[in-house]
Parts: sequence; C-alpha cells; structure tokens
Amino acid sequence: MVTAHEVWEALAEIPDPEIPVISLVDLGVIKNVTIADGRVRIDFTPTFMGCPALETMQREMLAKVEGLGAEADVRVILDDSWSTDRISPEGRKKLRLAGFAPPPPRTAGKLELVQLQGNGFRCPYCSSTDTKLDNLFGPTPCRSIRYCNACRQPFEQFKTI
Amino acid sequence: MSDRTDLLLSLADDELVLGWRNSEWTGIAPFLEEDVAFSSIAQNEIGHARALYELAAAELGTTADELAFDRTPEEYRCAPLVELRRLEWARTIARHWLYETADEIRLGELKTSEDPEIAGIAAKMNREEAYHRMHAEMWVDRLLSTDDGRSRLKEAVDELWPYALGVLDDELRPELRRRAEERLERKLAEVDAVPRGVHESELAELLEEMTSVRRSAPPGSQW
Repeated sequence: MVTAHEVWEALAEIPDPEIPVISLVDLGVIKNVTIADGRVRIDFTPTFMGCPALETMQREMLAKVEGLGAEADVRVILDDSWSTDRISPEGRKKLRLAGFAPPPPRTAGKLELVQLQGNGFRCPYCSSTDTKLDNLFGPTPCRSIRYCNACRQPFEQFKTI
Repeated sequence: MSDRTDLLLSLADDELVLGWRNSEWTGIAPFLEEDVAFSSIAQNEIGHARALYELAAAELGTTADELAFDRTPEEYRCAPLVELRRLEWARTIARHWLYETADEIRLGELKTSEDPEIAGIAAKMNREEAYHRMHAEMWVDRLLSTDDGRSRLKEAVDELWPYALGVLDDELRPELRRRAEERLERKLAEVDAVPRGVHESELAELLEEMTSVRRSAPPGSQW
C-alpha cells in the first residue's frame, strides 16, 4: 500500500501548469494527504478562483497517484487557508531565478495601494529596489507588473493574497 | 429554493454578469494597462461565480454550467447595477467602484456567517477583491483630481446611485452611503434602491450573446 510520504514525493514532481519552474508542493496548494481504506485523499487549496490551471492541477494529481498504483480523491477547499505565504522558501528562490518577483508576506492590516506603489519590491533581475508599480493586474490573476528603474526592465510581481 | 441557494445565486449572478461586462473592455480599453486590468478582473469575477454556482448546484442537483447558462433572464437574481451596458469610461469606473464598495460590505458580513462554506468562500473572494477595490479607488481618485474628471464622475455616480443601493440588503445600505460619501466628499441623493428581481432590457441581450455558442451545440455537449 502506498504511503502518504510517497504521495507527497510524487506530487512534488508536478510542475505548476503556468509557472513550471515550481511544483505544486512548492506552491503550497496541497494542504494535506491522508490514506484511508486504500484510497488517497488530497486536500487541495486553489490559488486564485478564476485560475484556469486549477483543473489541470487536479488532473495531474490524480494521474500521479494512479502512477503509484492507487486511487485518489481530490477535495477542493475554498477558504482563506491558502495564501502566498504558503509558497515554500525553495519555491520563492525558484520564482526569483525564473524572473518572477516572489510575493511579500501578508500584512496584518488591510492591503493598501500606497504600499504597492512604494519601492519595497526587489527586481528579480538586478536586485534593485528602485522599482515602481506599473499595473496592479498582469497576464494571469496571480501577477502584477512592475518596472525596474535601475535596469529598465519590466518584471512580473507575484501578488500577495 | 432555500434562502442559502437564493443567496448563492444572487452572489454568483452578480459576479458572472459583471465579469461579462468587464470583459467587454478586452481589446478596446483606453490603454493597454486597463485592457489587461479589466480582463483580469473579469476572469476573477467569473471564477468566483463558478465556485458559487458549484455550491448552489450541489444543493439543486444540477451543474454550474446549467445555472450559469441555461436559465431564462427572469430566473437570474443579479442586481440591475451589473446588467447595465455602459461602455463609457466614467460610467465604467463609477459602476466598478460602487459595486466593489458594496461587495466589500457584503463580503464582510458573509465572512462571519455560521455556514462554514459560505464564510470560507467569502474570505477567499475578499482577498482577490482587495485588488479590484484598490484599482477602482485609484481611478476614482484620478477622476476626482481634475475638474473635467470630477464632473464626469459626478454625473455617472448620480445616475448609478439608486442601482448601487440595490446591490445590498436594506440594513447594509447606510454603510454604502457612508463610505461613498466619505470618498466623494459630498452627499448622495436620498432615493429608492433599484431592487433585485427587476431586470434591465440589457440583461436579455447579454444572455443572448453569452449563451450563443452553447446554444449552437447539440444538447448535452461536454465543454
């Protein structure tokens, strides 16, 4: 019988469908893996609700578990338990190397535009913090667009949610 | 139909129809950043609608797609604010901001619901909506910063104000008034809300367009 550890290892091989440099485990969307009565249950916390990759992620998880000779059920959990704070340190490093600025941590209070317009955001290419917000929205729901004044390069900034 | 299903459908229909309206700017917004912004906001709203329809569908024994696309216009529960077709920038910004402000008040209530599924989904939606609100408030402030912008925004907000009140239940309307007046630094009219359940003619036109591909396929087609 397959173990939860083996399932976690297999899931760690699934790349994010849109940002394939990081895995679903790095992304923190797998909340829990349990095994009961011979079936695997994966508790899955989606990122953005309108993300078209969510269905692909679920299909890939089922296929991976099938590859281990077991059957899985994916339970989708729609609450506030996924946050960009769940992205692993390793995942954040991989994002930066691929040119995506990782998300700053959640703050206790309300998220304010003035914070995003500030310059506490580091360019993933040259590491300068002399960057400005260009657009709150970007090519996918999870990203904003910033511009680096130092290396004159626009870059994608993961939103904090 | 239970009160819970009714609530889920009201929320889902608001998000679906407004998502569709936002997507009408895709390709034709005044500049590229706004093309991207309204397209992304539309994608979020329709994602929220799908999750809410799925919860309602589980109760009704149907599917999210059937709820989204196979009802008659009279069966929709959206607020008339989201139905209006207003492809004019000041009106778009006024509607966007009024809706997002009302939605924040509504989600704030729902986050404390005793129903864990509703409380959970409201909390999750609210994280994404925070970006919509920042975008809407940024535009309101931008319009308020010039005489021309201020006058265009005033005309649009005054036209849409009775519709905005209709997004919320009676008891939440004073809070919407308080927040809107605070940002605009002026009083808004004492008017009756345009309630849910009454539809603008634009809704039927929207649904006709939105469902045209689905209706063209043989019944039972899988998407």
